[in-house]
Amino acid sequence: MVGTPAPEIASVAAAAGGPVATAKSETKALSFFYGGFQALKSISMPIYEKKVTALIGPSGCGKSTYLRCFNRMHDLYPGNRYEGEIMLYPDNTNILSPGVDPIEVRMRISMVFQKPNPFPKSIYENVAYGLRVRGERKRGLLDERVEDALRSAALWDEVKNRLSDLAFNLSGGQQQRLCIARALATDPEILLFDEPTSALDPIATASIEQLIAELKEKVTILIVTHNMQQAARVSDYTAYMYLGELIEFGVTDAIFIKPKIKQTEDYITGRFG
Amino acid sequence: MSQQTARLESIRALIAAHKRWDLVFAALGLLALMVGVLTFVALFAQMVVEGAPRLSWDFLTSFPSRKPDQAGILSAWVGSTLVMIVTAATAVPLGVGAGVYLEEYAPRNWMTDLIEINVTNLAGVPSIVYGLLALGLFVYGFGLGQSILTAGLTLGLLILPVVIVATREAIRSIPAIIREGAYALGATKWQTTSHHILPYSTPGIMTGVIIGMARAIGETAPVITIGALTFIAFLPAAPFTGDPPAGLLDWVMSPFTVMPIQMFNWTSRPEAAFHHNAAAAGLVLVLMTLSMNALAIYIRYRLRKTLKW
Repeated sequence: MVGTPAPEIASVAAAAGGPVATAKSETKALSFFYGGFQALKSISMPIYEKKVTALIGPSGCGKSTYLRCFNRMHDLYPGNRYEGEIMLYPDNTNILSPGVDPIEVRMRISMVFQKPNPFPKSIYENVAYGLRVRGERKRGLLDERVEDALRSAALWDEVKNRLSDLAFNLSGGQQQRLCIARALATDPEILLFDEPTSALDPIATASIEQLIAELKEKVTILIVTHNMQQAARVSDYTAYMYLGELIEFGVTDAIFIKPKIKQTEDYITGRFG
Repeated sequence: MSQQTARLESIRALIAAHKRWDLVFAALGLLALMVGVLTFVALFAQMVVEGAPRLSWDFLTSFPSRKPDQAGILSAWVGSTLVMIVTAATAVPLGVGAGVYLEEYAPRNWMTDLIEINVTNLAGVPSIVYGLLALGLFVYGFGLGQSILTAGLTLGLLILPVVIVATREAIRSIPAIIREGAYALGATKWQTTSHHILPYSTPGIMTGVIIGMARAIGETAPVITIGALTFIAFLPAAPFTGDPPAGLLDWVMSPFTVMPIQMFNWTSRPEAAFHHNAAAAGLVLVLMTLSMNALAIYIRYRLRKTLKW
């Protein structure tokens, strides 16, 4: 790792009267293409360390597409193309560079999906999978990391006596927390959430939101949500996107109370979107 | 009011007229179904009536004979079983490997498209053509002779498209989100394939393999073409009993016969008693096929219980 100090990109935060934070990542003029269709248009914005950044916007605005750039999910399908950079600090790596292996990126940046997607394996094996992929075989260490991750995901007490049960036997909310534990077990630098509560009931949603608030002590979080109240509740920074463009980025309170751009205000107040 | 009644009546008349077509189609559909089912039932019933009296332990444990009442199918069912082992050993690794490659690894381009079209076409090639290919390639080209190995390889090639297609369908039925979940944790292609894709597609693959084998066990034309014997009064060496290491594979080089050939032989004899033998052998063959299908259904049921999507 290069010991370059993370550049301060606190201007947005400072200008909005928000907390001064260190950038964990910075997107520079990112465009993304599904074949001939341009889904993202020159997006530039920072992601601050150990903060929650929310991406909001109407369906089809490119927020999930943008999120999936962060762990190079688009590389799994042919015909996709990135332009621009997503820098990861403090080591100044452009994670979109063709020279950077997508697997390396995914080992640093974990993801929780829209629908809970546990593997049809035991609860234990689900959480341990990321470590197994990294070649970890020591039973003691695996046990310890699995317990830590399940505790961090607020699931340990519910499952500690049935770790060998199939993950499908858990409820939807528990499955999603299991997926969060699975993503946390490998100690990621950034945790991506792609509308993590859209398939869950209100009670399970509340528990996931509370969990996100706790997790930001440990990890930088980027969350896509179509629920504006959720963005307002859980995030420190909010980015509003529309038709592949970043319309406004700022401290969440500022975006929700006094957006600078009329279009953002229209969306947030429900006049549009 | 009367206008309203008239309107309602005209609607009802219309519905009644349309529903007559439902009945007509249901009757035609049932008829079409029955033509197939009843034909099979009739054939099967005739086979049972003719063959069932001949079924006995002796029939299963005797070699063919010139005397119909002493003849049995020992060499035929043992031959069929051994050929099926070689068939499975050929078709499973080749078919599953090809299917996984096409789904998970192959680049999406015209070359892959061409290969895909041809795999599908292979399934439609008449089995006798496979027999001719095998006669030239395995029997004469590789010098494998008229052996269990040749027959197993030939039938293995014959059902290869079935296994490839079943493998691909099984892989495609795994939700993209499961695959993405594995990749998102930093898994490589091979880790994703070996830890997730293959285990989760096993029920579908096994179903395809067994259905392919059920087809292969009844194949006659290619096996005759490569020169299976019609009369054979000895068994190949029991598998894996020869002197190791080379002797372990003695059995694959043995001459052999299989069930459908034994039946074919008996039906071509003039004596009616042999026809009864053929019916009894047919009954055994149908039971073998049905039990393979039952096994496929059972495996699918058992393994799918853990896979809920």
